[in-house]
Amino acid sequence: MRPYRILYHVTALLVAFLFLAPIAIVVLASFRTPAESGQPPLPPWPIEGASIDSYVRLDGFGASLLQHTGNSLYVALGTTILTVLVSVLAGYGFSRFRFPLKPMIFVLILATIMVPFQSILTPLFLLLASLGLQNTLTGLVLIYTTLQLPFSVFMMRNAFDAVPKEIEEAARIDGVRDLRMLVYVMGPLVLPGIVTVGLFAFLNAWNEFLAALVLLTDQSKYTLPVLMTSVRSGRFGSVDWGAVQAGVTVMMIPCLILFLILQRHYIRGLTAGAVK
Amino acid sequence: MIGLLYVAPALALVAVFFAIPLGMTIWMSLHDWPLMGQKRWVGFANYERMWGDSGFWGALSFTGTYTVAVTIGLLGLGMILALMVERPGRATAFYRTAYFLPVVIGFASASLLWAWLSNVDSGLFSPLMQNLGLTERRVNINADYGLAFWSVNVMVVWKMVGFFMVILMSGLQSIPRDYLEAARIDGAGALQRFRFITMPLVRRPFALALILCVSGSMLAFDQFYIILNGGPQNSTITAVYWIFNESFVSFRLGYGAALSVVLLGILLVLSAIQLRLLRDREDGS
Repeated sequence: MRPYRILYHVTALLVAFLFLAPIAIVVLASFRTPAESGQPPLPPWPIEGASIDSYVRLDGFGASLLQHTGNSLYVALGTTILTVLVSVLAGYGFSRFRFPLKPMIFVLILATIMVPFQSILTPLFLLLASLGLQNTLTGLVLIYTTLQLPFSVFMMRNAFDAVPKEIEEAARIDGVRDLRMLVYVMGPLVLPGIVTVGLFAFLNAWNEFLAALVLLTDQSKYTLPVLMTSVRSGRFGSVDWGAVQAGVTVMMIPCLILFLILQRHYIRGLTAGAVK
Repeated sequence: MIGLLYVAPALALVAVFFAIPLGMTIWMSLHDWPLMGQKRWVGFANYERMWGDSGFWGALSFTGTYTVAVTIGLLGLGMILALMVERPGRATAFYRTAYFLPVVIGFASASLLWAWLSNVDSGLFSPLMQNLGLTERRVNINADYGLAFWSVNVMVVWKMVGFFMVILMSGLQSIPRDYLEAARIDGAGALQRFRFITMPLVRRPFALALILCVSGSMLAFDQFYIILNGGPQNSTITAVYWIFNESFVSFRLGYGAALSVVLLGILLVLSAIQLRLLRDREDGS
């Protein structure tokens, strides 16, 4: 190897270390004993033997760790399922049918990406109340799904556009129609698009903070990020950093695993917008 | 017409959870609208009051400062990383994944993690600097405006630079190899090739990255709320944070809506200017 290649790899590895270190440090530190967990992470790993005490103390905040993880999962999975359903239907409709005002409706759905949801949060708060959905996880699912639609509908429309018309025609001759066509013939062909759309919906809903903070007022409904703010602000003036480390780990791990398994689909979703 | 049925659920969601709230924001901004009690039509009084609201303008100018700083960091470093990992290969694939990994963890998780790492007693940064002999005593990063500001900037660059790296990388990869090869044969140096071939050809992904970066940073909230709580001395309150306080802490919903309308207007103008600037240059070349 020429010297500059070696220099390149040394630099690149060093940078990789800097990027991965905070993640590794917090995961390792979360398994320290109560006595260690308030100390600086030097070194980050447990010295006096590993302990799950930080997780046990985290469980003492709010309702229970299981309940809040369940809330987060409900919101993330609900958003994933609803987003996939709605955007597959819409993508198919925009790709394969002609109807009045079609270009206008398509642009309307895409244009919502220009308006950040932060600026419509106040009326959303009142709107959910008038629909009887205030302080419910279902209300959050509906809002998160709406936020995902511009990206998801665009992705699914392109996925359906990429399927040759001949396949549908052949199936139609065999007597396959409408929803059966969509589910059995087109479904498998646009599966990569569905995975991308679902992955983004899950991660965004799992990680969303501001809307959940504003719209959930009942502590038993808190998703993990909202629960963690009360852990972070501490009790009686002192913060249990061990519980913070445990909470960060619980919130991070599903995202990291999903990404590492479905990396290809994630990157494709990102670059779809850049290339178009 | 059957196509309309397929599109209907999406359209209904956008109408109820986007179009109506957007209209309501404007409507509410013309009212004195407390959480409880009577709302009252006040015309443009909320907007007039805004002129004298130094807190909001302070928050807006802080958000602007933060946006400039973090955008330079994200796009500059994003471009360097993109150049580093653009080629195919097993080693570069590993580097790419490593640099990108923080992107997928949420802003709230990353902020909580940073709140701990930058804590003076139990965190990493201050004790580490002291142990290495860089500082005499433990420095409380979050108690000093300058240090706190840079600490949050470093966190956001750590968490988001991979995102911009991938967008810029997709632009770099779409440049035909022959162009760079031809320029090299003609005697252009590495810097010249970057300036006169790479830069003009990645303008479109760069424009996208710039717009996403600026509008995302102008809406910053999680990191300043979770890590700094707006401190020290309320010096790191962003525009969204200020609106959040007005609307959901003081419950002045009408006034909060008026601030939202102004912020939305600023964002749309900023996006339009960036698109215009980057397009004009394209026509000129």
